[in-house]
Amino acid sequence: MTTTPRIGVLCSLIRPEEKLLFEAFRARGVEFERIDDRSLVLDLKNRERKFDIILERCINHSRALHTLKYYNDLGTYTVNSFETAQICGDKLLTSLALAKAGIPIPDNYVAYTEESAIEAIERMGYPVVLKPAVGSWGRLLAKINDRDAAEAILEHKKILGSYHHSVYYIQKFMETGGRDIRAFVVGGECIAAIYRDSEHWITNTARGGKASKCELNADLKNICSRASSAVLGDVVAIDLFETDAGYLVNEVNYTMEFRNSITTTGVNIPQLVVDYVVQKGEQLIRERTESRKAA
Amino acid sequence: MANDPNGNAAAKKLTAVSPITGAIVELPANVEVGELIDDPESGDELEVVSLDPITLQPAPQEEEDWGE
Repeated sequence: MTTTPRIGVLCSLIRPEEKLLFEAFRARGVEFERIDDRSLVLDLKNRERKFDIILERCINHSRALHTLKYYNDLGTYTVNSFETAQICGDKLLTSLALAKAGIPIPDNYVAYTEESAIEAIERMGYPVVLKPAVGSWGRLLAKINDRDAAEAILEHKKILGSYHHSVYYIQKFMETGGRDIRAFVVGGECIAAIYRDSEHWITNTARGGKASKCELNADLKNICSRASSAVLGDVVAIDLFETDAGYLVNEVNYTMEFRNSITTTGVNIPQLVVDYVVQKGEQLIRERTESRKAA
Repeated sequence: MANDPNGNAAAKKLTAVSPITGAIVELPANVEVGELIDDPESGDELEVVSLDPITLQPAPQEEEDWGE
């Protein structure tokens, strides 16, 4: 009975992250097969399990979500799961999962009409940040400082936005001096973290935020581990605010980007991700073998 | 193949032509199909669509659901 897991990497465009992951697989002498979502044809009726474990690295959220569901239903373990992608791909679902687990989060409201959104914003107090519930890389975020801006942005969203912009996810603006934390969690353990500093209030490194090393401490490791667990994550990146009252979890990312964080932290993030995938795959095979023996 | 001053055979550089600017684009030795490469003149992203021969095409435009 083989103990070598059949590994797939679900991806499309090869960014520095995917290339580093490929190199880490090869450095371990582990074979993997690339699954390019652009050439995938999923037969929903006649299916066979070709992989034991799949590492998801899609650039498109919608493709990742559907393909993970397809493979999970086949019994293929994926890093991350469909459930994790579903939760993390939607800020409302993420906030609910974190709140349900008792994890501190910023004040967030959701409303569905311009009128109720204005009411929510004014109840929260200016400034607030309006975010698309589904979106990434800091796109279409709006910091709203007063009622005039609120009315204008809500009207623009209603007239110009696609349907999912009518779910108004409203977050209290956090005065953190243009800094937040991005922490990396593999298998429930926080392995590294960076500060992201920006002169702009949006701190994403994809938008020019500068990365510097954030030393791990027990509180940070603990909240990251709990946040990962709350979204059922295997490999996730967690964005946090550092406040006087402690850490607040802002978002959880399920196809994490780490190109700016390896040198900064001194942690070989892709190697640890690959180690986790390989060990998880080997564990799944062992469990399957034992359960066959027991049957 | 040219030799360097120490007499070692220099590794042949992989190159391709940018379909956007016509610039010669240098590629890493371990280039992958699907890899994103910057056009050295315009900064546009290019995708490596074939390794034999090495062929580049403009990378797909960012879509609304791209990201982490």
